[in-house]
Amino acid sequence: MTYEAVLQLEPYQVDRVSKKEMFTKELLRMTEFHIENCPQYARMMRAIGFNPALADNYESIPFLPVRLFKELELCSVQKEDVYKIMTSSGTSGQQVSKIYLDKATAANQQKTLAKIFSNIAGGMRMPMIIVDCPSVLKNRNMFSARGAGILGFSIFARKKIYALNDDMELQIDAIQKFLEEYKGEKVLLFGFTFMVWQHFYKALKQSGRRLELGNAILIHGGGWKKMVLEAVTPEAFNSALRDLCGIPQVVNYYGMVEQTGCIYIECEEGHLHASTYSDVIIRRGGDFSVATDGERGIIQVVSLLPWSYPGHSLLTEDEGVLLGEDNCPCGRKGKYFKVLGRLKNAEIRGCSDTYATKF
Amino acid sequence: MENLEKYDKAFMEVFELSKENLNEKLVYQSIQLWDSVGHMSLIAALEDTFNIMMEMDDIIDLSSYEKGKEILADKYGVSL
Repeated sequence: MTYEAVLQLEPYQVDRVSKKEMFTKELLRMTEFHIENCPQYARMMRAIGFNPALADNYESIPFLPVRLFKELELCSVQKEDVYKIMTSSGTSGQQVSKIYLDKATAANQQKTLAKIFSNIAGGMRMPMIIVDCPSVLKNRNMFSARGAGILGFSIFARKKIYALNDDMELQIDAIQKFLEEYKGEKVLLFGFTFMVWQHFYKALKQSGRRLELGNAILIHGGGWKKMVLEAVTPEAFNSALRDLCGIPQVVNYYGMVEQTGCIYIECEEGHLHASTYSDVIIRRGGDFSVATDGERGIIQVVSLLPWSYPGHSLLTEDEGVLLGEDNCPCGRKGKYFKVLGRLKNAEIRGCSDTYATKF
Repeated sequence: MENLEKYDKAFMEVFELSKENLNEKLVYQSIQLWDSVGHMSLIAALEDTFNIMMEMDDIIDLSSYEKGKEILADKYGVSL
């Protein structure tokens, strides 16, 4: 099954039996492919004695810790076929992850995001306010996670405006003018959680001015660690934005640069959902066995997308809990879960969190 | 200006190309400037030029110079 064929499936309609069958078959095929094409990955699999031919369940496929992408150059295509390199937005003193993309994988990331996003926000393109500064996209061959996120979501924009200037100051007048121009239309606001909080919510509140966003949808994601330090829970964040700007739909998403495209979006019930194209497995911290529903553990993410680098099975540095599968009241099939936060002592490494260390 | 001329102009301006580069070999990612950033600029230029609003699926499908003509003609009534 090609990834293009996988993408033909609806994002939230594959039930657990079909998904398990598909993921076991496809992820094992990917494991074999990466063993053949990425020498470091092959050595790791050999070292732990994993043989894909003997595995019968995708849960038994080894996972790489995400920080390995900082330490090693993990690539499963020829150097001349590398089309873009994506990085986590590291600041000085921090190592960045490097994700090698060929043309097909880069295009599939965008297509995947579009499938997932349309399910939540509809297929219509909207005027978009990007809560970030224009300079974040300055090097088009080497995107930071922040840039990649903004770019990925830009496809849903009909017209766009950056809410901040390069000094990270909120451009209230310009936004007001923009909103005036598209009055009566649904507006998309997008930004990283900490950016939205620090440079949009706080700045707007301080200014004492108002923005009419009663017809907007806010999509935000990328790290809660700094928000935890600010003592802001996801619930408080949502209601603060609703109260100040009247934004009716505030949607959080969970995702990482190592599996760009396969984001986990929050449904109307406030649950993060795995789509058809990726999945989560919650593992016990002690022995990495699979945790039961409701049991706290480390989040592993698997995805059918990464063919140009061995990122199809990764252990994140986040803790979470599985809430259920195929039975969320919102009607979406697949697993749904909650992210509880960063593992203690894990290096700060979320998309917007690296920026956040400056505060 | 004829529609085809306008269509070509959008490609030439966004991707800094001359007329002889506009052919069936011009596909998404075939030149450095036609990456995801360039793609969004192209869509914006086409939308402004023909005063249309494209659907998301069509933006994704518009993967080549030739395919773009097809999409504009079939879906948006722009005869080229």
